[in-house]
Amino acid sequence: MNLIAENLISPVVLCFVLGIVARWIKSDLALPEPIYQGLSIYLLLAIGLKGGSALAVTPLAELWAPALVTLVIGVVTPISAYFLIRRVGRLGIEDSAAVAAHYGSVSVVTFLAAMEAVKRAGFTGETYLPALVAVLEVPGIIIALLFAGSGGNGGSWKRALHEVVTGKSIVLLVGGLVIGALSGPEKLVDVEPFFVSAFKGALCIFMIELGLSAGKRLRDVGRAGGRLLFLGCALPVFHGLLGVLGATLAGMSVGGAAVLGAMAASASYIAAPAAVRVALPKANPAYYLTLALGITFPFNLALGIPLYQYLANLFASWL
Amino acid sequence: MVVKVRLRKITIIAERLLRDQLLDLLKRHGTSGWTITAVEGEGSRGVHASEWEGRNVQIETLVSPDISGGIMKEIGERYFEDWAIIVYASDVDVLRGEKYLP
Repeated sequence: MNLIAENLISPVVLCFVLGIVARWIKSDLALPEPIYQGLSIYLLLAIGLKGGSALAVTPLAELWAPALVTLVIGVVTPISAYFLIRRVGRLGIEDSAAVAAHYGSVSVVTFLAAMEAVKRAGFTGETYLPALVAVLEVPGIIIALLFAGSGGNGGSWKRALHEVVTGKSIVLLVGGLVIGALSGPEKLVDVEPFFVSAFKGALCIFMIELGLSAGKRLRDVGRAGGRLLFLGCALPVFHGLLGVLGATLAGMSVGGAAVLGAMAASASYIAAPAAVRVALPKANPAYYLTLALGITFPFNLALGIPLYQYLANLFASWL
Repeated sequence: MVVKVRLRKITIIAERLLRDQLLDLLKRHGTSGWTITAVEGEGSRGVHASEWEGRNVQIETLVSPDISGGIMKEIGERYFEDWAIIVYASDVDVLRGEKYLP
């Protein structure tokens, strides 16, 4: 219980709540689009640089097992999500594949919130974790889209693949990783005041916008029905369990395992929606946006992240 | 003496994700140029997948009457079923109209 309260009371989470409240009371608060776009570029590049500079000093021997586990998670989660949504959620093939693409990919902001929470709890996640975000982002979307392959003739495969691989989140993340890895920690000191010191403040403003958008989606949650509400909470728990277990087996620290659990549990809402819209135009956006942003993101923020921390502690004491 | 030429102005309002596809389509039909603005609106479809991708695009182009029909027909066949998109055309009198004819 303490873990939950400790996780909720932080500027980052409370800014998200502020966004929801602002939407709820119909405030005129809105983040101008260029600022939102600018902030997302800043956040993604900053994460990439940070992870890249860690890559420069991490031996490959330490890296391969977590990277492999992350790749496996990226393959397994869209498959489990697809079948659960199809059977339990009773959605059609295209809608199920669309939702699965979101759960197979990763939410960068959930990753950041998990890093924060872990740090506050006194653990440290591995510094190379941002590189794993890049690994987890793409395969899930592609595999989920394969499910709709036979039925999805309305969309364009080539365009969807292009959308995922050249989307700004992958370009900035991977670009940042490469720049960070080439420069190394010493040369990145120059840009640290901008990319490190200001990072959390920028994240707070970004969270307000996410809260505003989630608030808009929350109104649709009631219409989604009990089954989807259940899945929106059960899928992250299941995937989080897999992520924490895999990370622990790969020899990651308690903090790292909790963060990888949160990554596996999260549902993308930046890279996936655009790709899914292009590849599966017949799938209903109300399902995937509501599940990813209206249910799973707030669930992870409030309950999921403390749960994955608890599980990481538990598994570490067993193994 | 100013010469006015009667042309068709086609206006397309669509999800931003369709932007490049639509411009390709216009180019294929031989249009000589276009103007794009970011617009907001609400329609019968409700939720837009591209809430993250920002506002819709409004594409305007001036074309000769004989190609406007083909453009509108192809947009209708390709996009009306699955996408949020509006297309309409009107007659306009254009100065230096010969610039817009192929």
